[in-house]
Amino acid sequence: MSGFIPHTEEEIIQMLNVIGVNKIEDLFLDIPENLKTKNFNIPDGLDEIELEKKVKNLAKKNRSDIINFAGGGYYDHFIPAAVDVISSRSEFYTAYTPYQPEASQGTLQAIFEYQTMITGLTGLDYSNASLYDGGTALYEAIAITVRTNNRSKVIIDKGVNPLFRKIVKTYSINLPLKIIEVDLKDVYTDREKIKELLDDETAALVVQNPNFFGIVEDFEDLFIFAKQKNISAILVFYPVSLGILKTPGEMKADIAVAEGQSLGLPLCFGGPYLGIIAVDKKYLRKMPGRIVGETIDKEGRKAYVLTLQAREQHIRREKATSNICSNQALCALRAVVFLSLYGKNGFRELALKNFENAEYLKEKFSDIKNLKIKQGQTFNEFTIEIKEDAFNIVKELIRKGFFGGLPAGLFFEDKKNYLIISVTEKRTKDEIDTFYKILKEILKG
Amino acid sequence: MKTIFENSIKGRKGVISGEVNNDLIKKIDEKFLRKEELSLPEVSELDVIRHYINLSKLNFSVDTEFYPLGSCTMKYNPKVCEKLASREEFLNLHPFLSYIDEDSVQGVLEIIYEISRLLCEITGMKKITTQPYAGAHGELTGVLLMAAYHKAKGNNKKYIIIPDSAHGTNPASAAMGGYSIISIPVDKDGNMDVNILKEKINEEVAGIMMTVPSTLGLFEKNIKEIIELAHKYDALMYYDGANLNAILGKLKPGEIGFDIIHINLHKTFSTPHGGGGPGSGVVGVSGKIMDFLPVPEVIKENEKFKLNFNIKNSIGSVASFYGNFQVLLKAFIYIILLGKKGLIKVSEVAVLNANYILAKIKSYYDVPYNRICMHEFVLSARKQLKNGVHAIDIAKYLIDNKIHPPTVYFPLVVEEAIMIEPTETESKQTLDEFIDIMIKIAEISEKEPEKIKQAPLKTPILRVDEAKAARELKLKCDI
Ligand SMILES: Cc1ncc(COP(=O)(O)O)c(C=O)c1O
Repeated sequence: MSGFIPHTEEEIIQMLNVIGVNKIEDLFLDIPENLKTKNFNIPDGLDEIELEKKVKNLAKKNRSDIINFAGGGYYDHFIPAAVDVISSRSEFYTAYTPYQPEASQGTLQAIFEYQTMITGLTGLDYSNASLYDGGTALYEAIAITVRTNNRSKVIIDKGVNPLFRKIVKTYSINLPLKIIEVDLKDVYTDREKIKELLDDETAALVVQNPNFFGIVEDFEDLFIFAKQKNISAILVFYPVSLGILKTPGEMKADIAVAEGQSLGLPLCFGGPYLGIIAVDKKYLRKMPGRIVGETIDKEGRKAYVLTLQAREQHIRREKATSNICSNQALCALRAVVFLSLYGKNGFRELALKNFENAEYLKEKFSDIKNLKIKQGQTFNEFTIEIKEDAFNIVKELIRKGFFGGLPAGLFFEDKKNYLIISVTEKRTKDEIDTFYKILKEILKG
Repeated sequence: MKTIFENSIKGRKGVISGEVNNDLIKKIDEKFLRKEELSLPEVSELDVIRHYINLSKLNFSVDTEFYPLGSCTMKYNPKVCEKLASREEFLNLHPFLSYIDEDSVQGVLEIIYEISRLLCEITGMKKITTQPYAGAHGELTGVLLMAAYHKAKGNNKKYIIIPDSAHGTNPASAAMGGYSIISIPVDKDGNMDVNILKEKINEEVAGIMMTVPSTLGLFEKNIKEIIELAHKYDALMYYDGANLNAILGKLKPGEIGFDIIHINLHKTFSTPHGGGGPGSGVVGVSGKIMDFLPVPEVIKENEKFKLNFNIKNSIGSVASFYGNFQVLLKAFIYIILLGKKGLIKVSEVAVLNANYILAKIKSYYDVPYNRICMHEFVLSARKQLKNGVHAIDIAKYLIDNKIHPPTVYFPLVVEEAIMIEPTETESKQTLDEFIDIMIKIAEISEKEPEKIKQAPLKTPILRVDEAKAARELKLKCDI
């Protein structure tokens, strides 16, 4: 026997004898003969040497050397080596969900610390062990509010990541939910329009900070306005920005959700990422997913355990707050290690460095005639307007080795000339200078 | 152990970062800034490493212990899959690159295309979406696909039929997708009770969700009849593929009439479970559901891989991009490594291992359905309960013997359930040790039941007060 099956032929015969059958096929007699697979058209296996060659060849067919100035909710941040070391510990990554506390204090405590850091970051009361990604976390947040106040309308600002909005709409196709998306005024939230739409059928208002175009706002007044009408306030945030920016809690959000990729997860072509959720205490029992709590063991020692499980599918079945079972635990572990390494001061500095780099590029851009920077406060991402289709410009930049931003036209028909550019702490002065020069050439001044 | 916050010393930092200009903050209007202090720990890199490495030592894991957790397929995760899936060429790729320049991402698009084809061949389905992030997410995707199918046909459907032995995610997913549930009991042999099914099924049933082999580890004998019955009412057949590890190369759900399937790649295809994820719950569909799949899909045209955003009646998207790409990649590597013969062997030996344990211990425990099992089986601790020993006590005693417990109290239809899934990667020697301990437990339960009920005694913590955890909620560290 080969590969990862340790049995010898002899052992197999011994085992069949114990079972009392002659051959392995006899173990499959419950499957009616006429249903059995006739053709199983899978290529022959490989040895490890052939395998390495094959995967290496596939790896080479990607332009991973490209320098990233594109964000759009998914950012090219630096990942300290210690994050990989911890997440590649077998004891973490080859364990299952921590159902048996005596055999999983490691995972449980790490999640408990993660929950703590997410609440600290957001200024809200509670968090959970993670959800799948930013978009699914947003849907779960909306579901909490709909369930709580029995209303069916949700107002979503179009400054919210379009991928998240698409997931929310998809999840709702067979539900009595009315999703109303509010057009932006250029790249800015239309507060007046939103206020008009908030009525007594509205369950929740969703806005994002910084928004998809990089604009930073303070939504506190809007949230207070919404809450006076018993409408829940949901804020989509960007974790790294909270090193310096006003927190969801300070803005009086009821629920905050985020794509957690920026906290120590590689871009990795779309995943695995991390769905973050944090809630005000009034929503704790409506929150989806695993939650770890502290308690004591028989001898009074501190211990951690999955708690409030009466919300979950394995107990409540169709009445559960969500269907989620496996989540993104290892990604949450990476996030908690990332946040520990940066820590109180490092994380603030990380945010500042992002801001600094983006401001530096903005300043350089000020001498390019055919380019206009959208006004307003930004963090590490901003939008420029140019005189031609940004899609073509980005294509040309890619040929020159730069992923030069996200053309807004991919998601906004009327914004084809807008390019959304992000500059993280990873971009060196050299890279920024070169990028500026090349873009200036392409835009001809 | 102390929390990471308790290790905090003011002024410490675990990263080396360049100079930052603190004055820059003045460029931002006060009203946009955080006032509340950041409550993160202040620790060195060594503090962090030591803390989390020491925490890891408190875990049981496949790499350190036998882990026969039923329904979860905790097989060994080949290291070559981990290594190759962590190459920089994959890790550094921005997913949005694919929206603009497919030429830059041909390798990863090819991987998504190829694993989809392989999984279609394995399951007998026509098309795959890789978006779902986990099994339950796949179920929800499947339910949304059902809804889209029925809407397109003008069908008025309200219910989804689910056997009462099903995993909790099945009814939860059906409800999340907007349906009510009709529950069907199992009969005395552990199959879905077809007579009750016949009574309950009606024109308003959107679909039937089945787990095959069932959560009792048994092959559903009436499967063909159930499928025909469902299709008579234009109800779709959903296959919960959590237990696919039993049937590789033996049965293709698509070939026998299933319309939708999810596969837990983190079970059958050996991607590690990560202490609770990330997994992957890719969904496969038959021809009649193809037009509703999420976008974008990866297609091949003139030897080039491309994205197609135009699926006629697509439900939309259930994930940001292509699902947990790195998990797909690990599963892809696993499949091409094992190949046809290797995959067939997986199921054969998984079933062999389960039946071997069952044969050796069945006279010591109550076996609710005494049949040849598939890749796992369910015992009941009913016999032991007469002496006051519950399934949970047996689980805890196993921990003291350095074995991760089987799944207990699931499926709900078996009293004091103990669900054992050894997987194919465990040797006869490991199984024999487990068998010995299980027999010993049965014997001790007769004579000294207290010994079992006290367990565990050798763990970093003893049994925990779960009621206190739920009553006096403490969900974050003291800072
Ligand atoms: C039978 C069955 N269905 C569905 C699921 C849900 O899968 P996941 O945890 O990947 O969401 C599981 C996993 O525990 C399962 O065992």
